Amino acid sequence: MIGLILVRLVQAALILLGVAALTFVLLYALPADPAVLLAGRNATPQIVASIRHQLGLDQPLPIQFWHYLTGLLHGDLGRSFNQKTAVGPLIAARLPATLTLMAAGIAVEVVLGLTLGVIAALKRGGFIDRCVMTASFVGVSTPQFLVALLLLYVFAATLGWFPMSGYGTPAHLVLPALTLGVLGAGWYARIVRSAMIDVLGQDYVRTANAKGLSATRVVLRHALPNALLPVIAMIGIDIGQFMGGTVVVEAVFGWPGIGQLAWQAIQQVDIPIIMGVTLTSALAIVLGNLVADLLAPLIDPRIRAA
Amino acid sequence: MAMPALLRGLLRRPTLLVGFVVIIGVLVAALFAPWLAPYSPDDQMFDGLSLEGAPLPPSHQFLLGTDTLGRDLLSRLIFGARTSLIIGLVANGTAVMTGLCVGVLAGYFSGLVGLVLMRFTDLMTAFPALLLAIVLAALLKPSLWIVAMVIAMVNWVQVARIAYTETRSLTERDFILAERAMGAGNLRILFLHIAPHLVPTAIVWGTLGIATTVLLEATLSFLGVGVQPPQPSWGNIVFESQSYFQSAPWLVFFPGAMILATALSFNIVGDELRDLLDPTQRGRG
Amino acid sequence: MLKTLLRSTALVAAIALAPAIVPALTSPAMAQAQGGDIVVTYKDDIATLDPAIGYDWQNWSIIKSLFSRLMDYTPGTPDLVPSLAESFTVSPDGQTYTFKLRKGVKFSNGRVVVPADVKYSIERAVDPKTQGPGGGFFGAIAGFDDFVAGKATGLSGIETPDADTVVFKLSRPDATFLHVMAINFASVVPKEAVEAAAGDFGKKPVGSGTFVMKDWVIGQKLVFARNPDYFVKGVPHIDSFAVEVGQEPLVALLRLEKGEVDIAGDGIPPAKFLELSKSPEGKQLIVDGQQLNTGYVTLNTKIKPLDNVKVRQALNMAINKERITRIVNGRATPANQPLPPLMPGYDTSYKGYTFDVAKAKAMLREAGFPDGFSTVLYSTNTDPQPRIAQAIQQDLAAIGVKAEIKALAQSNVIAAGGTEGEAPMIWSGGMAWIADFPDPSNFYGPILGCAGAVQGGWNWSWYCNEALQKRSVEADSMSDPAKKAEREEAWKKIFIDVMADAPWIPIFNERRVVAKSKRMGGADNIYIDPTRVINYDAIFVKP
Repeated sequence: MIGLILVRLVQAALILLGVAALTFVLLYALPADPAVLLAGRNATPQIVASIRHQLGLDQPLPIQFWHYLTGLLHGDLGRSFNQKTAVGPLIAARLPATLTLMAAGIAVEVVLGLTLGVIAALKRGGFIDRCVMTASFVGVSTPQFLVALLLLYVFAATLGWFPMSGYGTPAHLVLPALTLGVLGAGWYARIVRSAMIDVLGQDYVRTANAKGLSATRVVLRHALPNALLPVIAMIGIDIGQFMGGTVVVEAVFGWPGIGQLAWQAIQQVDIPIIMGVTLTSALAIVLGNLVADLLAPLIDPRIRAA
Repeated sequence: MAMPALLRGLLRRPTLLVGFVVIIGVLVAALFAPWLAPYSPDDQMFDGLSLEGAPLPPSHQFLLGTDTLGRDLLSRLIFGARTSLIIGLVANGTAVMTGLCVGVLAGYFSGLVGLVLMRFTDLMTAFPALLLAIVLAALLKPSLWIVAMVIAMVNWVQVARIAYTETRSLTERDFILAERAMGAGNLRILFLHIAPHLVPTAIVWGTLGIATTVLLEATLSFLGVGVQPPQPSWGNIVFESQSYFQSAPWLVFFPGAMILATALSFNIVGDELRDLLDPTQRGRG
Repeated sequence: MLKTLLRSTALVAAIALAPAIVPALTSPAMAQAQGGDIVVTYKDDIATLDPAIGYDWQNWSIIKSLFSRLMDYTPGTPDLVPSLAESFTVSPDGQTYTFKLRKGVKFSNGRVVVPADVKYSIERAVDPKTQGPGGGFFGAIAGFDDFVAGKATGLSGIETPDADTVVFKLSRPDATFLHVMAINFASVVPKEAVEAAAGDFGKKPVGSGTFVMKDWVIGQKLVFARNPDYFVKGVPHIDSFAVEVGQEPLVALLRLEKGEVDIAGDGIPPAKFLELSKSPEGKQLIVDGQQLNTGYVTLNTKIKPLDNVKVRQALNMAINKERITRIVNGRATPANQPLPPLMPGYDTSYKGYTFDVAKAKAMLREAGFPDGFSTVLYSTNTDPQPRIAQAIQQDLAAIGVKAEIKALAQSNVIAAGGTEGEAPMIWSGGMAWIADFPDPSNFYGPILGCAGAVQGGWNWSWYCNEALQKRSVEADSMSDPAKKAEREEAWKKIFIDVMADAPWIPIFNERRVVAKSKRMGGADNIYIDPTRVINYDAIFVKP
């Protein structure tokens, strides 16, 4: 087990290295020149050249990448071109907001998804089942901005039940979390449903039913735990998706997460920030997958044996 | 499957039927746009705006209203179908082809080649997809083809993974070993024996992928880094009209509904295809 | 229906004419209450509050209030007054400025401001190591070239002979020098605070202005409190202002209507503008004022066929500027010259190239292009710029010019404009030139002068007229205040002669429309202050 974890960690580190290299190359291949943007409208070519030199932008790409890597090993993510402050604290300041949103979004997805999935599995083939399935399809087919704008307009602007934007109280979290949760619940519902259907057809469940155990007990104590495995795997993937994918929700609801930071940095070609956010997201994805993979054998003994 | 049976099967599943109808509708709109649209989508009409420059609501003259430059919304939606479908087909086609190639080759040549290819796939999975798409679309000089390419780059990984797993299990099977024993070359095995088994996967993921592609293109256009104006795309119509969602909600609602309906239909159809073509998955959807 | 139409049109017309009627001056002696904590919103995060670096219009107003400078402006006007300086004298040859520093002005860390601080601050702004965008403004100070090239450790032209005098020696007379002393980059900062912050001075500003920074929650909120020791009594009039970032303009407006927000810093989105201007409640929230701004299309004089002046003139006649201002809901006035109406040197009698499609086509034919030609029009990708670009595209198509649009991220457009032979036409909206200070030379140097027509420069027409360049230098050396009118005339003629070459198509002068809550008081021009944007020193809450 320890050996497995070590191997996976090494793999993760290599993957992150690859992500860093690829992003670096992409960013520097772009036409925009950060030095010109920083130097401003009144700068002479000498000032632009001086800024370019100070930022190390006139050095060959591999050397710049090497500097960046050595910095990373010391925990230094570089300094923002535009703000001049260190990138690490900038991301760290916004990370709690993103993590809160992510946790809340996943919570909504799982709760909704589990409930709907169990109901659909129990009433399989019936009208309710079909409704749930169609609803989940609709959920994954709707563009995020549409739901976000709709929720904002109806519940915040018109009805005034929730604040329109900002951060700080649980009330602020509701609408953004709902936007993410309602859309993603569909995936979970379908996974839970199919896992449950599988399980409910198994022998040991039939035995439990034959023993006379109540249907609820069968579902909750015997069937449901086995449906959790794919859900855990899904959560791992979700963590990854959320790290880069909340840009729209953050924009509409004014949520101070790293998505907004990344968006502004992209407009200004603030390369250190873009690198920092990409690496942070990649780290989250890799860790999320790793945790999901490691938890799997703990939940499902059959995999442990394999 | 016999035709009458197919039709009967369709009729028994109303959602599938609706899905098909929508897809055919979108296809027709895309193919016959110049004949179907009442106005030219780029025509900024002086009468298309109110005196203060506000877009007009739906009326006899403009069935779905006008947009912020005085252009007919219905015409732009019809032409927008072209954008969505072209990107859907091109981006998705590229993604599926790439994914298949990488996955099959990795699964078949399971030595160093396989290892390298799969590690590369793992690497691409670790990229935050939307962020990558935004960075590329924002910082390259966007056009229809660049947007398609960006989306393809982000979507091929899933297909590769599945193709890899399937190829691996196929490669171990007896009939492949038999072919090899008979001296058949790799290319022959790949094309004659492995590829045909992957056709269902290709079809299913191709269809499901169009839904994702339509959504991703809409999101990119909504953020302002998608298709170039004045080419209409459902996403960039919403982008241009965002701040009007209270005073001119038709500009957000109609394109949004089109995006939803199209993505939904492809999702439903793709899912049913999966049921049909892959019996082990049937009923699990 | 007709009645509502008429009423709404009249309202819009009234608003459009309002700036002309608003009084030009708000004197601090006007009766206003003291007190109040207000909330301001912006969408983009505040990048930095370091006066040597900050150049966004979000942080421009804040920096103006956090720090003080030798010169400043009367609120709401472009009129210079001494600020940190008690008084100043100018030598007859215009090359020596002597400022007497006010006594007893304190930084928020308690230390008194001394002449050495002024010298340090300006050298810091010019020092290439600071990587600030404002160094170029101080080019007239003696020793500038050596300092920038690294051959000297400071600006030899700044001297501090005694405890309250700062002397500036210029290498050439510069009529804009007093404006430069009032610009943000000339703000005075304490050396020890800069060094203590070790590169993060932008997040931990210490100044001697009307406000002091109390708190900064990164990504969310900044809070500024009134400086009770400010050297002008009775200023500022509010107790504090909080800046909330990350707020979409539309949401900010909805909150403003509910009373949660006092100033929506990003202005009013077009959709809400029409709604608000039609309701009597909403009208009170709108502040509409002119800015020193011109939106224009640059025509690259180095790319065929735009190198032919007749072609450029034809293009000028093809654009229907009335229709374009309608697209921005009337929040702009059509322009016919580079300078905006508020700028000294604006020629009120100039007619420019009037909209005439037939004449435009005829001119194209004369130039040898009876069937038009193909070209590319760049623009930024934030709404409404792509829409305006599409409107321009349609007008060009009417005379046979097929323009392909490239709507890119701002940084890419800037890069394309500064690359020789790359961008034939650029719509400057979103990046449009707003004057750094109210002087005509600011509209010439970087964007129409020869020095800007270089790789990475901002003269996207790559236009260089040597004769006009010489005249601009002459005009700028008329630093004698007695010659002010003569200088304005000289500049007026320079810009009109620029229009004869037609390197630009001036499209409109955008007005700035800001929303403020009902309880905010003061004339419109302190919310759309020509030099400050929002003048936090002068605004107040109604009692």
